[in-house]
Amino acid sequence: MTVAETPRTPATEPDVPPSLQVSGLAYAYPDGHQALFGVDLTVARGERVALLGPNGAGKTTLVLHLNGILDAGAGTVTVAGLPVAKRNLPEIRRRVGIVFQDPDDQLFMPTVREDVAFGPAAAGLRGAELEERVRTALERVGMADFADRPPHHLSFGQRRRVAVATVLAMEPEILVLDEPSSNLDPASRRELADILRSLDVTVLMVTHDLPYALELCPRSVVLSGGVITADGSTQELLCDEELMRAHRLELPFGFDPRSVTVPPR
Amino acid sequence: MGAGHAHQLYREGRSPVHTLPPHCKIAAVFCFVVVVVSTPREAVWAFGAYALLLAGVAAVARIPAGFLLRRLLIEIPFVAFALLMPFVAEGERVQVLGLSLSQSGLWSAWNILAKGTLGVAASVLLASTTELRSLLLGLQRLRMPPLMVQIASFMIRYGDVITDEMRRMRIARRSRGFEARGVQHWGVLAKSAGALFIRSYERGERVHLAMVSRGYTGTMPVIDDVTASRTQWTYAAALPLTALAVCLTGWMLT
Amino acid sequence: MHVPDGFINAPVSAATGVVAAAAVAVSLRGARRELLDTAGGAGAGGGERTAPLAGLVAAFIFAVQMLNFPVAAGTSGHLLGGALAAILVGPYTGVLCVSVVLLMQGVLFADGGLTALGVNITDMAVVTTVVAYVIFRGLLKLAPGRRRMVTVASLVAALVSVPAAAAAFTALYALGGTTDIAIGKVFTAMVGVHVLIGIGEAAITALTVGAVMAVRPDLVHGARGLTARPLELRNTGPVAAPGAPAVARTADEPEAAPAPADTAPAPAAVTPRRSVRRVWLAGLAAALLCAGVVSFYASASPDGLEKVAHDKGIDKKTEDHATQDSPLADYGVEDITDARLSGGLAGVIGVGATLAVGTGVFVVVRKRRAAAEPAETV
Repeated sequence: MTVAETPRTPATEPDVPPSLQVSGLAYAYPDGHQALFGVDLTVARGERVALLGPNGAGKTTLVLHLNGILDAGAGTVTVAGLPVAKRNLPEIRRRVGIVFQDPDDQLFMPTVREDVAFGPAAAGLRGAELEERVRTALERVGMADFADRPPHHLSFGQRRRVAVATVLAMEPEILVLDEPSSNLDPASRRELADILRSLDVTVLMVTHDLPYALELCPRSVVLSGGVITADGSTQELLCDEELMRAHRLELPFGFDPRSVTVPPR
Repeated sequence: MGAGHAHQLYREGRSPVHTLPPHCKIAAVFCFVVVVVSTPREAVWAFGAYALLLAGVAAVARIPAGFLLRRLLIEIPFVAFALLMPFVAEGERVQVLGLSLSQSGLWSAWNILAKGTLGVAASVLLASTTELRSLLLGLQRLRMPPLMVQIASFMIRYGDVITDEMRRMRIARRSRGFEARGVQHWGVLAKSAGALFIRSYERGERVHLAMVSRGYTGTMPVIDDVTASRTQWTYAAALPLTALAVCLTGWMLT
Repeated sequence: MHVPDGFINAPVSAATGVVAAAAVAVSLRGARRELLDTAGGAGAGGGERTAPLAGLVAAFIFAVQMLNFPVAAGTSGHLLGGALAAILVGPYTGVLCVSVVLLMQGVLFADGGLTALGVNITDMAVVTTVVAYVIFRGLLKLAPGRRRMVTVASLVAALVSVPAAAAAFTALYALGGTTDIAIGKVFTAMVGVHVLIGIGEAAITALTVGAVMAVRPDLVHGARGLTARPLELRNTGPVAAPGAPAVARTADEPEAAPAPADTAPAPAAVTPRRSVRRVWLAGLAAALLCAGVVSFYASASPDGLEKVAHDKGIDKKTEDHATQDSPLADYGVEDITDARLSGGLAGVIGVGATLAVGTGVFVVVRKRRAAAEPAETV
């Protein structure tokens, strides 16, 4: 696998709009169950942020608002300055790349190549330009040799990487990953981390895997009860035992976040 | 499915038959079968000629005879049906080995066996020299409604996933000591089927979400297309045209 | 029942091809509507859900046809799935999914001839599905708002749909068969055998629909009118919230959920007229079942060709072939069941008569009811 390590710094210039700005977002499902109670979250361009929270906290609901699959009941979501609204949906869906938890759901085309091409092609890309996009995206996740394989014949880790490629091919502003490390063996887990670190893109990572969050994301936010209840450096957050307990967040046995030297960005 | 180790239908190869564009092959096989079906059953030699034609194609495609014959087993239910014909059909009876058989029944049995077998053999040759994916592209090229092509391709894509789920459920049942032995266990099996349906449907919903998230608005972008040159069409047409000649001769001679 | 090439002559094959194409075209439109409705129209943004949902349902039907239901003494049956599809996802989607399955079986597995595709689709996708759905909805209208009725209705619908397909096949055969067997014989044999198959189909379909009803009643298309009525839901235990958008339900464990089925007592307030109808229906169902069971046992041990095939080792051959690792290789083992033209079909005429009488009663009752309560619709 060839993964180039590119050092990156979050854009600090004030004129660059944040990749993601969520303010006052509230939502109730049609059956009356309210899942979000006013979420405020800003993710600057180039940041990698972990979204933590117990089951049922509203993480998935929040994610589905980011690309307009659910319509906000109140509040707004903007992606790089563009508000999520019906008229902007095609562009929003290009800018927000969601990698779903089960790669089998995400990889629905008969071959890897066609699957990676699906997004850009839906956006109107054709011919050599499309080929180039697909090739680049697959190279970035180290799966270029598997382009003509059917997804069903790949290992789980490989499928997850292809799922990331399908989204990268759309050259998104922000990459949203839902439980990226679930069901991965340690080697695939590390490979995926290398890939994510190498990407020059804003990342919002929904996860229960706290060590993974610590490894990849300098900043974490905790979503609990439909609101953001904590926002700060991942290491500090994980070290705050009271906060962790309050939101049903638990570290794996024997893992001490204090003893970990967070890798440089 | 697809082209891989677990795939039994397709036989990897680079023969001229393999490399023909899929829509040419589908059209050729279809026309061939139509010709076969319209051949008068009395022209026994014509069916021999068809069989030789198919054998020729199989040889060019390097499909071993054993493979082809094994795949013909799918026909068995109807072979059995055909074998019954001489006993139940009306009309003149003839004595064969002490059995009273209907003459027209014998002809019918022959008719079904010959045409059915040739049809199956032709389809098997098509499936074993064409990848699943290409078959779908070919059907799309032949103007099958795009939505049908999409549904078929989702079915192909998720056929294995769902069969795997079914298998896992069976293993889970057996691991808990359950073995379905008779009608009394249908309830449990049906619960599994119901659960399988729910899982399939929910997966469909999730797949739809994933598609929408990547800009799906109801039409599939045409990413791959297949084209055929005039020469390729000519090659593909060789089979049905030869068959047609045989068929016409058959009509003239009988 | 997969008809091979050469079984039905060319003109009739072509004509059924046209019929099948038209049916599929109509279904393509209808399925869009059905699948859009399912999640209560919940806005998944992109709207168009036909392709992934119908594709997955087709894959499900394909898979479930491989699920073996042991009968006795080494014989087993499997679902054909037309009735199940119609009830679970609606008639249009049902026709579409079964058609796609048949198409793929024909092209990939050479199961069913290419020229006979029209015959196969007309027969197995259209007739089965439509008959099943009409009967199912009709029965539900007779006893509106009753969840237990869903199971009974699926039972009857599936039971009738299979012989109906056989009868349709006989009609096609009468038009374009290549053999001159007396049509009466074909009819008796086909319908007789398929009544037997229908009993299995009915039981499995009803049980499966019941299982889905217990966990996700909102997914049973044919019973959607029921789940939308809060009053009817009162006695039936925990269910997934109806009307909630699909996106909210990520993979919840369907098996883990309690499945109280329909054990709850029926609501007491039943109008007298309705109870009369209930008696009729119960009678009809019982008659069909009894007749079926009687004929099943009357036909005795020789379970037709399947048994013969088994004894002669043909079965074994196919079985060996089936143990290969691809799940698709499993395919095509049980189809022998379809061809079992078993001899001892005593009781078949009885079943046929019962069917006719029962259907007659059903039609009359339905008409009377429609006249009496034109306003009440489900």
